[in-house]
Amino acid sequence: MKTASPQTAVTKMLTGIQGFDEITDGGLPRGRTTLVMGGPGCGKTVFALQTLVNGAHRMKEAGIFVAFEENARQIAVNAATFGWDLPALEEKKLFFLDAQLSPEVVKVGGFDLIGMLALLQAKTEATHATRIVFDGIDVLLGLLDDPAAERREIYRVRDWLSKTGLTGIITQKAGNEAGDRYSFLQFMVDCVVVLRHQVVNGSAFRNLRVVKYRGSGFSGDAFPISLTKEGMQLTNRGPTELKYEVTTERISTGLPRLDKMLRGGYHRGSNVLISGAPGTAKSTLAGLFAAAACERGERTLYVSFDEGAAQIVRNLRSVGIRLSSHVKSGLLKIYSTRTRGPNVEDQFGDLRAQVRAHHPRCVVIDPLSALSTKLAHLASADVAQWFLDFLKGEKVTVVNTSLMNGLDTEEATATGISTVADTWIHLSYIVQDGERNRALTIVKSRGTGHSNQVRELTLSDQGVNLTDVFIAHGKVLMGVARWQWEQEEQAGRQRTQVATEYKRLHLQLGQAEAAARLQVIQTEMEARSAEIAVLADATGSASSLLRTDEAMLRKLRHADDDVRVGRRGVAKRGGGTNGKGPEGAT
Amino acid sequence: MAKIVTANARLVLRLYVAGNAPNSLIAIANLKAICDAHFAAGHELEIVDLLKHPLRALADGIIVTPTLLKLLPLPVHRVIGNLSDRTEVLLTLAGK
Repeated sequence: MKTASPQTAVTKMLTGIQGFDEITDGGLPRGRTTLVMGGPGCGKTVFALQTLVNGAHRMKEAGIFVAFEENARQIAVNAATFGWDLPALEEKKLFFLDAQLSPEVVKVGGFDLIGMLALLQAKTEATHATRIVFDGIDVLLGLLDDPAAERREIYRVRDWLSKTGLTGIITQKAGNEAGDRYSFLQFMVDCVVVLRHQVVNGSAFRNLRVVKYRGSGFSGDAFPISLTKEGMQLTNRGPTELKYEVTTERISTGLPRLDKMLRGGYHRGSNVLISGAPGTAKSTLAGLFAAAACERGERTLYVSFDEGAAQIVRNLRSVGIRLSSHVKSGLLKIYSTRTRGPNVEDQFGDLRAQVRAHHPRCVVIDPLSALSTKLAHLASADVAQWFLDFLKGEKVTVVNTSLMNGLDTEEATATGISTVADTWIHLSYIVQDGERNRALTIVKSRGTGHSNQVRELTLSDQGVNLTDVFIAHGKVLMGVARWQWEQEEQAGRQRTQVATEYKRLHLQLGQAEAAARLQVIQTEMEARSAEIAVLADATGSASSLLRTDEAMLRKLRHADDDVRVGRRGVAKRGGGTNGKGPEGAT
Repeated sequence: MAKIVTANARLVLRLYVAGNAPNSLIAIANLKAICDAHFAAGHELEIVDLLKHPLRALADGIIVTPTLLKLLPLPVHRVIGNLSDRTEVLLTLAGK
């Protein structure tokens, strides 16, 4: 229990109704009176009773239920449908006052509730009750047939409540004569909760709205409610700020090729949408994911709106996906339910209960569109979105399938799921050369690179496979066309191989020829070099011969050293350095 | 009016009231007047103050005050209110 705003110091009392305590920041005003209004079948009694049961059960607070409309036995039977064991609680914590007048009672003249309040006072003191419910008080007060007297009695109850300090809940019918007569109640009490039941496109929706709360802030939105096996739940939006823990952990899609396309698989805790026309193997992909999760030892919940558990297991076995052992071990829970028209919230409420009971790490919803496209209006999309938000909050990885014929953005947006989906895989048929083949495309994948190529999805009793598709002449080739293309491709490859071999040999020949030629040239070069050497030798001996002759000539002439043979006419004196002739320079 | 009631039948009544609340006081006065007028010969009337005996009232399934129980002759009948309409009360006590 927490206090809201310190200046008014309204103390709160937890109702234990999922979602309600959040939107009111702690529940109902303690020690004050709350009015719960609504038409028939909105869940007024459930709201009130659940508050008492939760109080008795979880908070150990005793409570009193004053039933004007139904007798205590009927209420106990109704409560049992929510799993509340009233007889057990009655022993200590809950007291039921059967305030239903039998039809045989004759009313003669005015009466009052003084006696009843005295009884309740005695019971309150005996049980130390802190919570009290007046359910359908108008039934009794209507007998007064006097608006002034009725009002007087209501004020009597209010005064008594404030004197005793009990936290009161008064239920009141809305939208009928009695509702109008008691409209003053809304001004009298501290908190008003309105429950509504409306039918949109043939589907029923219940919602809850807090219209008044003295001394406390509250969310005034209408929140969808569902009556599940565990009682009333609000499917509220959760925190406005989206703060999920994100992880970079990847988990396998169950199909290695697809893991590769997604650069490692789905992100843990993400929402995956697999859309496609009927028969495009959406369930198969979902089944692969479930099987892979179980192989990793993760608890998995498979929700099917189309088929029974046995049928799912059999169908998936035909493409090599084996689930039966996981079902037996309890790791995999297959929850099959019919798409019920009436109340989408109820259905999601059921799913929440399943999630709470099974604690899965991976969930498959096949198909989500059973809930959303069929009821393609805003409210159901909201509910689906909230449910997915809830799963995300629980860090559950979800694979949803959705029946969608094309990548029609309008259609996708109408369901509102495309925005929630982190990864969106679309499956389609490509009709070509008289056959239909399945094509897989990754439309988007948040936080991961992904292949933008179309792949062909093939199913056989060997299993599921993704194959590259071939683009030829500007067309995507699949199925037999792809096979033909592959054959041609292979023949072409063979031809190319032969041609290459031929060319190689041819080139080798040329190389050999060139090498031979090179050898010839080399030999020739060597021969030439030898010739040149010989030539040089001959020249060298010739010139030395010449110089010897010259020296000899000089000697004979007694020539001066400086006098060259060719400058004989210019004589110079300088005998100091003589003694060495030009032969020294040679 | 008195002819409706057979005088030889033994009449046992119990009236639950809440202290001296207006409706309770009116009911006591009305009932006494009816009994004196029509059942002077043989009737037994017990007036129980619920404020003093809440658990007894609870056992008797009393919800509002005043409530009159006609215990005998059987079947048991219940009348709520201040018994301002004597004809109605007499009809009930006569078992109609």
